[in-house]
Amino acid sequence: MKIDHFSPYILTLVTFVPLAGAILLMLLPRRDRDIRIFSLVVSLLTFALSVHLPVHFQRAQTAFQYEIDKQWISSPNIHYHMGIDGISLWLVVLTTFLTPLCVLISWKSVHDRVKEFFILLLILETALIGVFTSLDLFLFYFFWEATLIPMALLIGIFGHERKVYAAVKFFMYTMIASVFMLAAILWLYANTHSFDFVTIRDLIASGKVPNFPAAAQWLFLGFFLAFAVKVPLFPFHTWLPDAHVEAPTAGSVLLAGVLLKMGTYGMLRFNLGLFPEQSRHNQSWIMILALIGIIYGALVAMVQPNMKKLIAYSSVSHLGFVVLGIFSFTQAGLNGAMFVMLAHGISTGGLFMLAGILHERRHTYEISEFGGLATPMPVYATSYLFIVLASVGLPLLNGFIGEFLVLTGAFQARPIYGILAATGVIWSACYLLWMFQRVFYGKVTHPVNSSLPDLLGFEKAAVWPCVAAALAMGVAPILWLAAIDPAVHAALAGPIPQMVSRVVGQ
Amino acid sequence: MTVVLAQVQAIPQAADYLRILPEIVLSLFGILIMLLDPLVDEEKSQKTLGLIAFIGTIAGLISTWYTAQSPGLAFSNTIRVDSFSIYFTFLVIAIAAVVILSSFEYMAVQRIRAGEYYALILFGVVGMTLMSSAIELVMIFIGLEISSISTYILAGFRRNEAASSESSLKYFLLGSFATAFFLYGVALMFGATGSTNIDTIAQKLQSGPVELLVFVAMALMLVGLGFKVAAAPFHIWTPDVYEGAPAPIVGFMSTAPKAAAFAVLLRVVFAINAPGRFWFLWVAAALSMTLGNVGALVQSNVKRLLAYSSIAHAGYLLMAFAMTTPENSANGISAAMFYAASYAAMNVGAFAVVGHFANAGERYVTLEDYEGLGRRSPLLAATLTIFLLSLIGIPMTGGFFAKFYVFSAAIRANLIWLTLIGVANSAIGAYYYLRIIVVMYMREARREVPVAPVTFGLGIALAVSIFATLYLGLLPNRVLQVAQHSAQELLPHPPSVGTAQIPLQPPVPQP
Repeated sequence: MKIDHFSPYILTLVTFVPLAGAILLMLLPRRDRDIRIFSLVVSLLTFALSVHLPVHFQRAQTAFQYEIDKQWISSPNIHYHMGIDGISLWLVVLTTFLTPLCVLISWKSVHDRVKEFFILLLILETALIGVFTSLDLFLFYFFWEATLIPMALLIGIFGHERKVYAAVKFFMYTMIASVFMLAAILWLYANTHSFDFVTIRDLIASGKVPNFPAAAQWLFLGFFLAFAVKVPLFPFHTWLPDAHVEAPTAGSVLLAGVLLKMGTYGMLRFNLGLFPEQSRHNQSWIMILALIGIIYGALVAMVQPNMKKLIAYSSVSHLGFVVLGIFSFTQAGLNGAMFVMLAHGISTGGLFMLAGILHERRHTYEISEFGGLATPMPVYATSYLFIVLASVGLPLLNGFIGEFLVLTGAFQARPIYGILAATGVIWSACYLLWMFQRVFYGKVTHPVNSSLPDLLGFEKAAVWPCVAAALAMGVAPILWLAAIDPAVHAALAGPIPQMVSRVVGQ
Repeated sequence: MTVVLAQVQAIPQAADYLRILPEIVLSLFGILIMLLDPLVDEEKSQKTLGLIAFIGTIAGLISTWYTAQSPGLAFSNTIRVDSFSIYFTFLVIAIAAVVILSSFEYMAVQRIRAGEYYALILFGVVGMTLMSSAIELVMIFIGLEISSISTYILAGFRRNEAASSESSLKYFLLGSFATAFFLYGVALMFGATGSTNIDTIAQKLQSGPVELLVFVAMALMLVGLGFKVAAAPFHIWTPDVYEGAPAPIVGFMSTAPKAAAFAVLLRVVFAINAPGRFWFLWVAAALSMTLGNVGALVQSNVKRLLAYSSIAHAGYLLMAFAMTTPENSANGISAAMFYAASYAAMNVGAFAVVGHFANAGERYVTLEDYEGLGRRSPLLAATLTIFLLSLIGIPMTGGFFAKFYVFSAAIRANLIWLTLIGVANSAIGAYYYLRIIVVMYMREARREVPVAPVTFGLGIALAVSIFATLYLGLLPNRVLQVAQHSAQELLPHPPSVGTAQIPLQPPVPQP
């Protein structure tokens, strides 16, 4: 009973605790150690609160849970409407899981303007959680744009050599794309007088929106463009390697781990949810773009001399799987897409942390600068291998389940696409294992490397949770899929059958 | 009966004076400053006169509140106090108050003898408040002149600088040219309708076919007002004038007289229900946005950059004017009113920071001077960043809702193309504001630029601006409701049922 009473505010708490922490942090004196400890406490508290969500989640239900719906602005009719279903549940937890790790990994590597760094990191966390929890289109756009500033500043202030270029490029790409989403949202509001996701979805499904048939394709594209740039889908991906290479480690982790998922989440929630017909209409070219992304990303990753760039391009490839899964419109494909999102968040987050640790010691990401690192850094090498195998898709680790499901789905939809996409798995094994071999095996090629210290305490604390999560997700995917499956089923079926089944259920 | 009433009204009564109370109060304070100026010690005159002017604006705000309690007509139907006029009166006086606060330090640093500076601001505000409450074209013209003449002089206040004199002269020449256009338009309108009262004109235009002369008159008036709000293609003067004028005055010029001119424009366009205006305003909006943003992209002087940005913002605001049906018009009016308020909050604040940072002789106004500001004075940089983010239109700031309301009003009126031009422009606009943020935070200073500590007055001014910017960005409800209420009052009431109605303009062309 008490839990029930608590429930409506739990999402608000999870979303805004980091922001409150950031505001408190502004008032704290500039003692770096205190600031680090405080941010860690805040991010762990957020994680602890967010654990409440999966624990009390009604897995069989497809409707939104922990809903809160209060009017924020009366005209236009904007609501503070939050709620999660099986699709957003795990993305919220992924965000809160990765943030404390980001704090840990930045413990030593950020030593200049520490206060600003952690303030930005916490603000970013609030904005990211807000994106996944808001069910009001306006609120969603609000958080969506709000992620932009802290991320751009994290890259631009704390990044490496070409940080300004990367930050501005990142900002402009996403900004330009998302204003078209704003235009589409405004159109929907003008014709439905609501920003509420559920209301608009039901209105569209029942054909009550005036002028909709004529505008539908443009609206679909307006949303899709914003999401495709964020994912990034093949021709819009050029900002990603720059942003990743220049970003500080924590920035890369959140960028790859969560920010990119905003795009795929948006496609799943809004493109599929609001415009199911147009989504099916545009299926073929989107799947082709996703396929190009998978193969092109993998091929480019293979020839990268820079470790971080390699991981960045591997993200392009992996996110291609997600888009392919979503637009296969099969139960398996969508389940797989969701699972790849989570698995990629964990394993790529881990890879970026590991790359960051190496950069911390040698101040370079060039693969040729390393070699034979397994000798001086055995624990590091083992953790690295574990994460690499998870990312490659070794059975019993998290990468395998998702990719397998996506491929199943793609094969059901278009066999040839499934076959082509399956080569992506081989490519990823090639570039990741080859990179691992060049960095860790053989004799130590550069004398400097022979005295590199192994993983330090706080680095273990940052990396090992990822390792554990990768294993857990690989061994017991059902824990995650139990919530995802019904939600995805509902998303595929569209709002009308779902309403019917709810009535039947009563 | 009516004749008698009209005669009775011709003699001003107490209620008439009550309805121009803010104007009276501000004028009295202005005169007081002029009288005191020769008496106070030159060294101390800064603080004393500035403080009097500030008290004057506070008194003005209080009297505005007092006036708001008794709305109605005054001075033979030349002035109407309603929530629309109160909104703009309040806004303009509040802008003046913040500008005066931020001028204390600026005037001292620039070594400008104060005196008439503060008096001129107050007199200018009197003109602007008159513009927002007048419903008589001649009265509007008088208000326009009072406000313009004060700003012409204020623009030239950095007397030792050639740029400032150039600014003043340019503004004066082109400005008086534009007012002449407006006046000519008023004269023709009188010729066409036999009245200069906005309500009467609206009735005349509704009740019969529209003559060609009306279109010409309307065009001339729109040209004059277009100049005052710095809308393209009448915007050429803006960068030069803003570059030369004192920074706090630019903050003032780009918001207060503009807000007043937009108030007049709202009255002329919507209360008269001006015929044949659609494409004029559509093109002006699209051009202003595009030219303003493209122009700003290549600027390296921050004042010039913000000048071009103000052209762009006039363009966004003009989008709200391209409405034709009453329902859409109401949306447009309230969006425009909200935009004027939030633009004022962020722009006054931005120029206050720029003015503080410029130092003696406005030496440091280029982008290079801002390098490393984030490290040298983090608080000042963070303040400017908030204003710039608001100018971009990032959520949580007033600028976001301002754009949002305008765009959503435009979409509701089915102006799809104009909205797309708008959103594309706001994305382009993000680039140059971002450049300032980038140089502040992400570049290291290459040369020594001294940053003076922020004084008390400026601190208050910045705090007020930030508060207003964030308030409008987080809780826009109150202000928007007032704007919507005013919009209903402003629109001409639909003619009584049964009278044959001739459509005043062709059905909305679908761009």
